[in-house]
Amino acid sequence: MQPRCRDFPANVRAALADAPLQAALAKTAGGFPKKRLQGIATLPEFELMRDRATAIREHVLDHLDFYLEEFAERVEATGGQVHWCADAEAARAAVLGICQAAGARTVTKGKSMIGEEIAINDHLERHGIRPVETDLGEYIIQLRGETPSHIVAPAIHVSQAQVAETFRAHHRGLPPGRPLETPRQLLTEARETLRREFLAADVGITGANLLVAETGTSLIVTNEGNGDLTQTLPRVHIVLASIEKLVPTLEDATTVLRVLPRSITGQEMTVYTTFSSGPRRPGDPDGPEQFHVVLLDNGRSELLGGELRAILRCIRCGACLGHCPIWSNVGGHAYGWIYSGPMGAALTPALLGLPEAWHLPQASTLCGRCEAVCPVRIPIPQLLRRWRARAWSAGKPPGVARPLLRAWAWLARRPRLYHRLSNLAARVLARLGRGGALRSLPGAGGWCRSRDLPAPEGRTFLAQWQARRGGRE
Amino acid sequence: MLQRIRGALGRGALDGAEAGRLRAQLADPPANRTPAGSRGSPETLLRRFVAKLRGVSASVDGVAALAELPVALERYLAADGLPRRIRVAPHPELLGLPWSTAGLEAGYGPAGDADAVGVSRAYAGVAESGTLLLCSGPESPTTLNFLPDTHVVVLATSELEGSYEAVWRRLRAAGEPRAFLPRTVNWITGPSRTADIEQTLQMGIHGPRRLHVVLVGEGLQEACAEA
Repeated sequence: MQPRCRDFPANVRAALADAPLQAALAKTAGGFPKKRLQGIATLPEFELMRDRATAIREHVLDHLDFYLEEFAERVEATGGQVHWCADAEAARAAVLGICQAAGARTVTKGKSMIGEEIAINDHLERHGIRPVETDLGEYIIQLRGETPSHIVAPAIHVSQAQVAETFRAHHRGLPPGRPLETPRQLLTEARETLRREFLAADVGITGANLLVAETGTSLIVTNEGNGDLTQTLPRVHIVLASIEKLVPTLEDATTVLRVLPRSITGQEMTVYTTFSSGPRRPGDPDGPEQFHVVLLDNGRSELLGGELRAILRCIRCGACLGHCPIWSNVGGHAYGWIYSGPMGAALTPALLGLPEAWHLPQASTLCGRCEAVCPVRIPIPQLLRRWRARAWSAGKPPGVARPLLRAWAWLARRPRLYHRLSNLAARVLARLGRGGALRSLPGAGGWCRSRDLPAPEGRTFLAQWQARRGGRE
Repeated sequence: MLQRIRGALGRGALDGAEAGRLRAQLADPPANRTPAGSRGSPETLLRRFVAKLRGVSASVDGVAALAELPVALERYLAADGLPRRIRVAPHPELLGLPWSTAGLEAGYGPAGDADAVGVSRAYAGVAESGTLLLCSGPESPTTLNFLPDTHVVVLATSELEGSYEAVWRRLRAAGEPRAFLPRTVNWITGPSRTADIEQTLQMGIHGPRRLHVVLVGEGLQEACAEA
């Protein structure tokens, strides 16, 4: 997909004016915090497990070269093949090569953000191979020609009625008058349609939630079972994974799994958690004959030594999206590429560059909820601030914002003057608003167009603080 | 790629001693701190397991011996109006069972699209979360776990563990270091589900709509009784 991160401000305006999207978000986005709280209530040791998961992910990043070599050695020992890919183009070429060597016509796909990142579907289609998404949400958005709006709930922006419309438009062989009013009817139709694809596919492509160095294992978590049919029925199984997905041992994977589903769906464990090591073994009655792991770097190794590396700890649970006041109001598409919300704002500039993505780190109130819920404690607000500093050095934001911000910085570095001016402003605004609200204010037109500005009730916080402390002493 | 990573980390390849230390941990991983919910007497774990299974919409039955499995299974299928033709894992313990005496038509081997009921033999159960653990192999086709509409899993109570870690220990003890896993290990926690349409939970999308667990062991009446 062509990134549209440059258009973020316009995307946001469009998202806020998009009534069906707003209805979908209002209906669903609020559910994520509740589910997470239910999930962590089932594990009294949740905070301890978060600490452990964080330490595991940091340890892996410190020794990434070692664990990648160990992982690759085990994959090859079990009869699999590892493909080292520096960038998206190399990964696309590797996948296409495997598919062509297998004479593939149809490829089923489990959910993979790396598949989205390298736009593998377009590439396969251009070469006459038909990719079929099998996660229900991914399937719906593939039919609609869209990208995921949430990394775990990709079709969260689509209403049930829109799903029915989409199925009617694409499932051509079925009676046009069939009832598609209930989720059950939609599910049955999707199940039957995709079952035929599973059985016909020559190659199955899955992502990996984790890679285990101990045993050369790739691991996926799903609730539908689509990932398992994708990797069990075809002759060839391809795993798409980025290099930072490693954990050392099965014990470490287990610790991460105790915090992953709880953080997003609230489940103690996903329905299907599957560990795959190599192709089918002698005597196995089913399973793929070939097992390939495509390892993608795509700029990640450059982050390892720098101040932004904590984003590489991310396990893609999606908790930060559903807890973000920005994401919850505009959804994922406004961000303009595949990763959205706070983690997307922290990762996308590294993958696409600041000229494309500089807007995204600005799209945050820095309220800190993302960091508070992150199962691997990524200090996302801090990363966003670092991106903002880099963007500033690169001339972003441009225009009138620069002298204004410079003036603010000049003032903020002079505390006495700052306090005197803010005291004055508080008094003037309080008088103008007469203790209530201001309908309009020069320089705050953007705010006042849609709501009143509450007027200060009296003196500034610092003035009150000093008065109280003075009273106590 | 490895060079690039080392460059970013500001070092060369790990020295021999450090690499040796980490490799030893991969061959014999340090124990995890497991949650309190994974500990307890066998009776406590069994009760927790059954409660967790029901909590994830699985059904549970108990038999005293494997020989009683066909009759118990026939009763379950008849009660839900499900087909009597079943596809069974070619596991030694399941091979000689009197299916036809119980009125069931059993075939052995991997599942195909037409199979409506699959019967698997689990490797272990995990009480912590009500998770079943199945290992692929000649006696345990993976397709049985996913293609049929109804998945029946047979587990001996002696195979029930408190934590996932206990199962890793069992698998490790039975094989070579780092080479003890079968091609596929499936953790299964309830029947297939999706919330992709308006975040509304629906059972049975690609995998089985029903997950039925038959526990084999003594004294199961009380543990399996509906609360």
